Parts: sequence; C-alpha cells; structure tokens
Amino acid sequence: MTATSDREQMAYISSQAADARVNVELDTGDMTLNIGPQHPATHGTLRIACQLDGEQVITAEPIMGYMHRGYEKLCEVRTYPQCTTLINRIDWLGSFANEVPFILAAERLMEVEAPPRAQWIRTILFELSRVANLALFLGDMGVQIGALTPVFFAFRDRERVLNQIEEVTGGRFHPNFDRIGGLKDDIPKGWIEETRSVMIKMRTFCDEMEDLLVGNEIFQARCRGVGVIPPEVALGYGLSGANLRASGVDWDLRRDANPGLAWDQVDWRVWTHPDGDSFARYWVRLQETREATHIVDQLLDGIPSGPIMAKVPRIIKVPAGEAYLSTENPLGEMGYYIVSKGDLGPFRVKIRTPSFNNISIVPWVMKGVYVPDVITILGSLYFILGDIDR
Amino acid sequence: MTTLLALPYWQETGIKLGLALAIIPTTSLILVYLFLFKMMAFMQSRLGPNDTGPYGTLQLIAEAIKFLQKEDIHPAQADRRVFRMAPVVVLASTFLLYVVLPAGPDAIVQDLDTGVFYAMAVSSLSVLGILMAGWSSANKYALLGGLRAAGQLIAYELPLILAVMGVVVQAETLNLQGIVEAQATGEIFGFGGIGNPFILTQFLAFLIFMIAAQAELTQTPFDMPVAETELVGGFHIEYTGFRFLLFFMAEFGTAFAFAALASVMFLGGWWIPGFDVDDNILNVLGPGVMLGKILLISFFIFWVRFTYPRLREDQLQKFAWKVLIPLALANIVLTGIFKVVF
Amino acid sequence: MTDETPPEESVVADEKREALLADLSEHLGENLVESHLRPHEDLWLRVTSESWQDSIRIAKSAGFEYFGFLSAIDWEVAPEGRYEDTEFDAGLDEEDDEPVEVDSSTGYGGGGTRFQILTQLNSLSQQIGLLLKTDVGEDMTIDTIRDVFAGADWHERETYEMFGISFRGHPTLQPLYLPTEFEGHPLRKDFPLLARQVKPWPGVVDIEEIPEHLEAQLEAEVMAAFEANGGAS
Repeated sequence: MTATSDREQMAYISSQAADARVNVELDTGDMTLNIGPQHPATHGTLRIACQLDGEQVITAEPIMGYMHRGYEKLCEVRTYPQCTTLINRIDWLGSFANEVPFILAAERLMEVEAPPRAQWIRTILFELSRVANLALFLGDMGVQIGALTPVFFAFRDRERVLNQIEEVTGGRFHPNFDRIGGLKDDIPKGWIEETRSVMIKMRTFCDEMEDLLVGNEIFQARCRGVGVIPPEVALGYGLSGANLRASGVDWDLRRDANPGLAWDQVDWRVWTHPDGDSFARYWVRLQETREATHIVDQLLDGIPSGPIMAKVPRIIKVPAGEAYLSTENPLGEMGYYIVSKGDLGPFRVKIRTPSFNNISIVPWVMKGVYVPDVITILGSLYFILGDIDR
Repeated sequence: MTTLLALPYWQETGIKLGLALAIIPTTSLILVYLFLFKMMAFMQSRLGPNDTGPYGTLQLIAEAIKFLQKEDIHPAQADRRVFRMAPVVVLASTFLLYVVLPAGPDAIVQDLDTGVFYAMAVSSLSVLGILMAGWSSANKYALLGGLRAAGQLIAYELPLILAVMGVVVQAETLNLQGIVEAQATGEIFGFGGIGNPFILTQFLAFLIFMIAAQAELTQTPFDMPVAETELVGGFHIEYTGFRFLLFFMAEFGTAFAFAALASVMFLGGWWIPGFDVDDNILNVLGPGVMLGKILLISFFIFWVRFTYPRLREDQLQKFAWKVLIPLALANIVLTGIFKVVF
Repeated sequence: MTDETPPEESVVADEKREALLADLSEHLGENLVESHLRPHEDLWLRVTSESWQDSIRIAKSAGFEYFGFLSAIDWEVAPEGRYEDTEFDAGLDEEDDEPVEVDSSTGYGGGGTRFQILTQLNSLSQQIGLLLKTDVGEDMTIDTIRDVFAGADWHERETYEMFGISFRGHPTLQPLYLPTEFEGHPLRKDFPLLARQVKPWPGVVDIEEIPEHLEAQLEAEVMAAFEANGGAS
C-alpha cells in the first residue's frame, strides 16, 4: 500500500527533525521545529512538528499517540462497572464528568433512571469538576503567556474544590463514584455549607483572574485576534465546548440536549463570544466557571430527598442495543457510543472526546502564526492529553 | 574629593578588585533570596524556602552546591569552545559594569570620566555571549532564543541610551560621580534641601530607562529570549550545572547593576541630604543608601517580572521603535530647550 | 430541550424525529437502506456505501452541519470472547447460562457486512443528533467525507489504523496513534489483547473473597453494628 511507504517516509522525516541538525537544515530555508513531546506548553506528550520560516509557522502537524492507552479496546474486555475506572482517566482534571455520560448511556440501554436525589448530586459533582478543571485552565493560560502568578492562584483555589469532591467521593482526581442507577454514597453531613463557602472563594478567584489577565493590556495584545476560528469552520471540525461558543455558536448540551440531569431546574445562561480568537476562548471559560459556581449554589439549595440508588441487579447486564449519549464536559462534548449485546460488558465503546476534535483544527488554525502564538492558541484551545489519546 | 586611605596604587586596586569580585555573587544572592524566593512566593501565595537556615537563607548555598555538583554536559553537535566561553562572556559584561558603579565619594573601582558611556557600552557585550550560547548549542530553541535576544537587545539599547542622554544633558557630564554631584548640588525652585534628584525633572527618561532596562535584562514582559513556556529557556536551554549558574548569576548581577545605575542617575545615588558631597562619612553610609535605593528599584523590576505576561517579539519591536525611541528623542529635545532657557 | 423523557412516557410519539426521518428519507431517496428510531433518544439511518459521501452531503444540507465523530464497528464476535473464563468466573454465569451461541446481529439499522462505518452529526437549529451508518464491503474501502466535514480527517485516520478501513480520496491516510512499525488493526475483534493472554484478568466480577482468618471477626463486627442499631434496620 502506498500508505505504508508514506508512513516510513514520515518517520524518516521526523527522526531527521529530532536530530536537531541546525546547520544542515538551515540551508533549506525552512526549519522544522518540534514542539514537544516534552514541552511545557503541551502539558503532556503532544508533539507538534512545525515548519518554520523565521518565526512564522508554515505548517503545523500534531503528532500524538504517546499516551494512547487503547481504552476502547480495554472497555470491550471489562464489565460496565469496571469501565468507569478507565473512563475516569480520560480527562483527568474533570474525572467525575467523564463517568456521567457513560453511566447515563448504560442507564438508557437498561431503561433505568437514577432517583432525583442522585441526579442532583451528580449534577453538583459534575459542575464541581467543571470548576476544578476550568480553574486550572484560567491560571495555566497565564503561564503560557508568561505570567507566573495566576497558575499558583489556580492551584491554590482548585484544591478547595478538589477537597469538596474528595469529601463526597473519597478521590481527589479519580472519584469512580457514579454507578449505574445512582451513586455510591450520599453526601456527608455539613458538606453543603462548606461547598457554598468554597463557591464564594471560587468567584473571588474568577475576579482575580479577571484583574490579573483579562484586563491586562499585554494579555489582550497577545490573545486578541490570534487564532481566529470562524463559526462554520468550528462546526465543520466538530469543535465543542467553550471553543465553539467562543466562535459565537450558541450551543450547550446542558441546555440543548439535557440527558436528565438537574440543569433544567436552575436558572443559568450560556455564554458566547462573537470573536472566535484566543481571548474569546479565555473569556468564555472564565464566565462559564463563574456560571458553574452559581449553578452549584442553586442546586445546593434544592437537593431533593429520597434514595440515591435505583433498583438495579447486583450483576449488571445491559440489554442488547446501541446508545449514544453525550454531555457538556469541562472540555466540550464528551460522548459514549455503546454497543451492547446483552452481556456483562459492552461489545464496543466509541469514546468521542472533546479534545480530539478540538485539536484536529490545529493544522488549520496555525498556518501563518508566529511561534509564540502557537503556544497561545494551544493554551486557549485547552486540551488534555488523556482526552486526545484515550 | 578627599582620599579615604593613602595606599599605593597596586594595593588600592587589589582591594577594589577583590571587593568587586566578591560583590557580584553577593548581590545576585541578595536579589535571588529577597525577590525570587521570598517576594515571589509571597505574591503568588505559596511558601518560599523556609527550612534551610533561618527563614530559608541557607537555601542559596544549597542551590549553589546543587549547581556545582551537576554534570557539565555538552551537546554532541555543539561547538564546544564557543559553548564553554559564552557564559563567561555574559558574566564578564556584568563584571565590567560594576567597575564604574559608585557607592560613595571614593567607593568606586574606577572613576571614569565617560562612566555612562562605558556602562552602556559594556552592558551590551552580553548580547555577544547570548548569541554565542544560542548558536553554539546546536539546538533550535536555543538558536531562536539567541536571535530573539540579539534583536531585542539591539532594539532596546537605543531607548536606553537615549533616555540616559537626557540625564547627561542636564548634569552636563558623563561621569557617574559627576551626575551624583549634580543632583546633590541641584536645587528645586531654589530649594536645595534634598538636592535635585533627576527623577523629578527626567521622569519620562526614568520610565523609558526602566522599561528598556527590563528588556535589556530579559525580564518579563520582555523575556522572549528565555520564554520558558515556548522556547523552554531559550539560549541557555542546553546549559547545565556551573555554566547555567554563571548565566543565572549574570542575570541577577546585571539586574542589580542596572538598578544601581538607575539609582545613581535618577535617585541621587549615594548622597544623603544634609551632608557635604565630599564628606568622608559618605564612604561608609553611601553603600547603605545605595543598597536601599537599589533594592527599591529591583523591587519594581521583579514585581513586574512576576505579574506580567510576555509580549510577542514583533510587538516588542514595534513598542521599541514606534513608542520608546520617539519619546526618548522628544525628551532629549525638551531637556535641551529647558537647559538653554534656564 | 426535552429529549429525556421518563420511561413511562416514552410511548408518546417522538414527532420531531419522525418528521425528521420522513424528511430525510425523501431527500436521501434510494440511498437509504434502513432506519431505526428510538423515540426521544436517537435516530439511526443506514445508507448504501456507494452513496456514503453524497448522503453525508445531503444530511449536511438538511441542517446537520455540526460534525460529531466518525468511527467503525466490527460486528464479528471476538474468538477469545472477553477473556472471562478465569477460575473466578467459572461458576458465575452457570445458573442462567444457555449454550453459547454466536450473536451475529448487527445492531440498529441492520447491516450485511462485518464492518460498519458510523458517524454522528448534529443539527443546531433543530437541536437534534443523527447517527448515520454504512456497510463496508470486501474491498475495505469507503469514500472519504473529509471534504464535507474537515473534522473527519483525523477520525478517518484513526479508523484506518484501528480497523484497517481505507478512505478513498483521503490525502494523508497515515496512522495517528500507533508507532510506525506497528502491525495489525487493534480494534478489530480478532486482534488479540496481548496483555490478557499473558496474564488473565483476575475476574469479571471483582468481588474479593474474605480471607478465612478474618471471616469470624468480620461477622462479629457486622453483628455488633446490627445490634447497636437497635436490632432492626
């Protein structure tokens, strides 16, 4: 097949590039710059092979797979409850949010519905992982542009949210708390009040970020008009989450395709920004973090009483069928296409992760930008390696 | 000026040389400890080092030992001789700067008549070292960093010198001691109590000087040559251990030297109001006053460094050529006019 | 907005999706092979593999302009099963176990071949999702939809390396994740999971047995807790 020889040729080119033979390659006029796999801006192991003309990028090609763990295959040899352990590790900054669509999809196939109390607590934990996840982005974007302070604030304040998640689930990062038919446990005593005070602190954090970065002229100079993604392109590439909304597309699965969680019970709004540049993406995420704290606040007021588990058999067998269910995760639309043949485990799971689509736009958006902008755009697209490679 | 001690020339030179050599590591240690360790930690709401020695002061020694222990690595493709020389060149430029920095009427290594000119000239030597480091590392990131540094330092050398010109015109001398004297004997609308620190008359020049110095020192928002998150350290990406320590020392030593230059030219230097310019006691008190002023200015340098994001290279160049240089030129013209009128 | 309906209400007809199905069947014409509708949940359409690209284009012009994902399904049953026959599970399924028969169903929308391509598109204006399937013939080749949805580029590359399905007209059909020297297509059902063959999974149902020396102690604890609760739960 021709593809094989292309493959070999590609490997040859990349090995050449990795050798960093400056002298040889400078003769050609263009320079290949490998950003990654061990580069601070790729938080993880993404590699972007850039062809440079001076400092201007001619082509940028992401090369991934350094962290490919084959979850889709591994899910096929596990039972449904065991799959959630893997799924936790896809977007590791907002783990609980990963579990929810998978569990909901399985519930849909089983025609089981979790009791209202479980749905509310799910929604609260979902939004808490959103706050924890996006808080890190809000700080990290500063580091990408050279401001060191925001990220430390982010780590400090994210810890408070993680503490709240840990108090309920027992896990800071990988809760593995969601069950088919409900939740593992109820929330502990006094947790609601604590969470409320944490949400106030998180709003202060958002204000700090607004002061430190959004209002900063240098931040604006670096981000405005950089990496502009028009809405039709964003839709064609399947961008989701804040990246899509920053391009002015008013689409949020929490509102537009709510799979039964408690979002429709509270008063909140979807934020969009018309510009579609890096600044818009930052701004939308900042507003979303703030909005999420308000959602949590309202949800805390009205948790219904009742059981937290529906009646499900001890050994879970999911009836034959197919279901696709996606939710609006911190990074964007995360969905699971589950094919069941009535077994203990899924027959096939297709994991549609937000970062995979979000990063697939990189070759398009990085044409003609400067090297520093590569970092800004990557930072503002906000990806998590586990979420790309699965 | 009176002489503090009557010593043979070679003895005096020896003492001064020893002092100057000792002062560079000391000053960079002071800055690193005070600002990089403690102030940065405080601003970013985290703990600085606090276990090694009182308030973590001995952490510096631990760091220095750590650097000394590390292996001295040369990249296989590196131009070894240039690679090894580069940090020394950078550090040499810092050492040379200290020669003309006055800390008292006699506390100066060499009182050059063209002190300002000399300081500006040797401070730009570091570009050479950085370019050498960037090129010889055989690393694309280092090369990009080195070239950025070259472009940036040349662009900012101009506003720096032009800003200083205003001071020179007002003081009517290139001698740094002369500038201190001019400020000490100056008057503000007939009031000579605090002399006439040039920051009052040359405020614009002071601002331009500080901005250009920030770029010259490759501190944020102008740290593109280093840019940890994009160039991963830029020109010193391939340096380890002692050679990296040299770069590090040069960075902070130069920061200290520029703060000293600013305090000499704009804040009145070592002079204390109420004393004669020639007073011998100033040789003892002067260094203390200088240190205070230097730390104040360094505080601003590092404050900006820890809080601001980084500009892009083209934005930086635009800022230098389209904003700073015209402003600095206007400042010289204005200073000239006022000089003639008054 | 009200996609989710409690099960007892799901008998209510899903007018939105039925209207959509009628509309799309008209547009697709004879491209459409089969369709399946789960009320208030999803709509599956299976189109002929020759018209794959055209059908996607038609769907796009019908308002489905937001690309979700593209992947494939291998309907063959894995020869190794799910590696569940370990000693722990040996007795697990016996009560309700019929003799194992090969389940050769091909899911909603049916299908005649081992491999099926699956893609998901969304319509923003109608707030609805659509799942499109097509069979992949013996030549393991299908038209690319990269020209319709630019985002399908990487999804097709992933499908190519994971299933070995080629996409006609895709200019850079190279592996996305796997190392260059990798052979085989991991997501095919007959691709063995090496880790499992070397070391079997300790159990499909991970309920650990209580060690004997702890059994009595644990029982006493449970009893104590039971009595502390007033003897009733």
